[in-house]
Amino acid sequence: MNRVVITGAGVISPVGSGVETFFDNLTQGVCGIGPITRFDTEGYKVKLAGEVKGFDPEAAGIDRAQAKRTDLFAQYAMAAAIQAVEDSGIEGAVAPERFGVYVGSGIGGMQTFVQETEKLLNRGPGRVSPFFVPMMIGNMAAGNIAIRFGAQGPCLPVVTACATSSHAVGEAFHAIKYGLADAIIAGGAEATIIPLAVAGFSNMKALSESEDPNAASLPFDARRGGFVMSEGSGILVLEELEHARARGAKIYAEICGYGNTCDAYHITAPQPEGIGAANAIRLALEEAGYDGEKLYINAHGTGTAMNDKGETLAIKKALGEERARAALISSTKSMTGHMLGAAGGVEAIACAMALKTGIVPPTLHLDQPDPECDLNYVPNRAVKGDPEVAISSSLGFGGHNAVIAMRKL
Amino acid sequence: MDNVFEKIVETIVDAKGIDAASVKPESTFKDLNVDSLDIAEMVMTLEDEFGITIELEEGIATVQDLVNLINERIAG
Repeated sequence: MNRVVITGAGVISPVGSGVETFFDNLTQGVCGIGPITRFDTEGYKVKLAGEVKGFDPEAAGIDRAQAKRTDLFAQYAMAAAIQAVEDSGIEGAVAPERFGVYVGSGIGGMQTFVQETEKLLNRGPGRVSPFFVPMMIGNMAAGNIAIRFGAQGPCLPVVTACATSSHAVGEAFHAIKYGLADAIIAGGAEATIIPLAVAGFSNMKALSESEDPNAASLPFDARRGGFVMSEGSGILVLEELEHARARGAKIYAEICGYGNTCDAYHITAPQPEGIGAANAIRLALEEAGYDGEKLYINAHGTGTAMNDKGETLAIKKALGEERARAALISSTKSMTGHMLGAAGGVEAIACAMALKTGIVPPTLHLDQPDPECDLNYVPNRAVKGDPEVAISSSLGFGGHNAVIAMRKL
Repeated sequence: MDNVFEKIVETIVDAKGIDAASVKPESTFKDLNVDSLDIAEMVMTLEDEFGITIELEEGIATVQDLVNLINERIAG
C-alpha cells in the first residue's frame, strides 16, 4: 500500500491568493467578507459575500481567449492548479498516464447557464453560444486542468455540494494509495456569487442576512444565523511518497485517512445527532491509525444553527468526550465565508499548513459562545498548538460527509 | 467584400487572441487553430453583423471560403 503526501498547493480565495498569503491571513484573523459588488443587492435580503478580489485570469496564467470560453469557476480552478503544480515542481517529473486530476465543483457554471438562458428567451435558440455546454458543465475544471498539464491518468470530477473538494481529495488519496496513479491534482472550485444562487440559498434560509461583515459568518457563536456565500478554489498536488522523495520534492504533510458516508436522512438538513458525520470522522481516523495524538480539526463550521450543533455532537461521538475536549477545533469559514465546492480544498490546505507550521488558525468573531457548542474552537486568536494529526470535515446537501485525515511528516 | 474580410479577421482576433496580420484570405481555419466551435460562434456574430442567415456548408476550409459564402448570402 502506498503512502501519499501533499507536495503542492494553490489557493484563490476571499482572504488572498497563494498558499502563503492565504495562511498568513488566516492566522492573523483577516476576514474576507464584505458587501456584494458583483450585482445590485436592492431587493435581496442577503447583502454580504466573500468575493475573490482583483482576479486577473491572464496574470494567473490563463490566456485571454481561453478565459472568454471558460466559466469563472473553471478559471479559478485553473489558476489554483497552476499555482499548485508550480509549487510542487511535478510538471515533467511524472509520466502523463500516471498523472491524474480530481477536481470538482458543487454547482458548476451557473453564471454561464443564466446568461445563455437569457439569450435563449430573448433572442431565440439560434443565439445560444456553441460554448454554452462546455463552459457550463461542472466537470470542465478537471477537463481544462488535464489539458493544461497533459495529465492523461485518472480524471474524476466529484459533485457532492459543499463536500465536493474533500471527496475529491479523499478519492485522489485512495487512487494513489491503491496504485492507480503517482500524482493527482485534487480539489475544487466555485463561483456562484450571482443573483440566482444568492436568491436560491437565501430563500431556503441558509444564508446570513447580517449587514455587518464582522458579525455575519459566525461559526459556533450563539448569534449565528446562516452561512456567508463565498467563492474561489483550493487545489493540492497529492503524490506517492517515494515518488516525491526520489525527486526531492517539498512535502507539506502526509494524507493518511479518508471517511466517506451519507446521512441518508434529508436533502438539506443534517441528521441532528450527527451520526453520518461522526462515522466519517471515525473512518478517517481509523485509516490514519490515530491513537490520541494532538489533534487539529478544521470543522465544516458553516455558521448555520443546525450544522454547528450537530457537528459538535458528531465530534464528541467520534472521539469520545475527553479527546473531543482536548482537540483544537476551528472554522476558517469565519474568515473565508463558505466557498461551497471549493471549501474542502482550501481547508485541507489550512490543515496541511497547520501541521507544517504548528500554528492553528482561529475561529474569528467567536464572542458569544453557544452552550450547545462547548468545545475548544480556538476563538479569535491563532494558537501555536503543534498538532500531530489534522482532520478536515466537509458536509454537503444530500447528506454527504467527507473527512480527510493528515499527519505531520 | 473588404468589409466582410475585415469583420472575419476582427472576429477571429477577438476569439483567439492572435495577431490580425497573421489572418490572410488563404489562411486555413486549421492553421489558425480555429475549431468547429469557434466557427459556429463566429457565424452567429457574422449573421448579426450582416443581417443574414448562414447554413454552414462542407468544404469551408479557408477564410476566403467563408468570405465567399457570406458575400453570396448578402447578394441574396
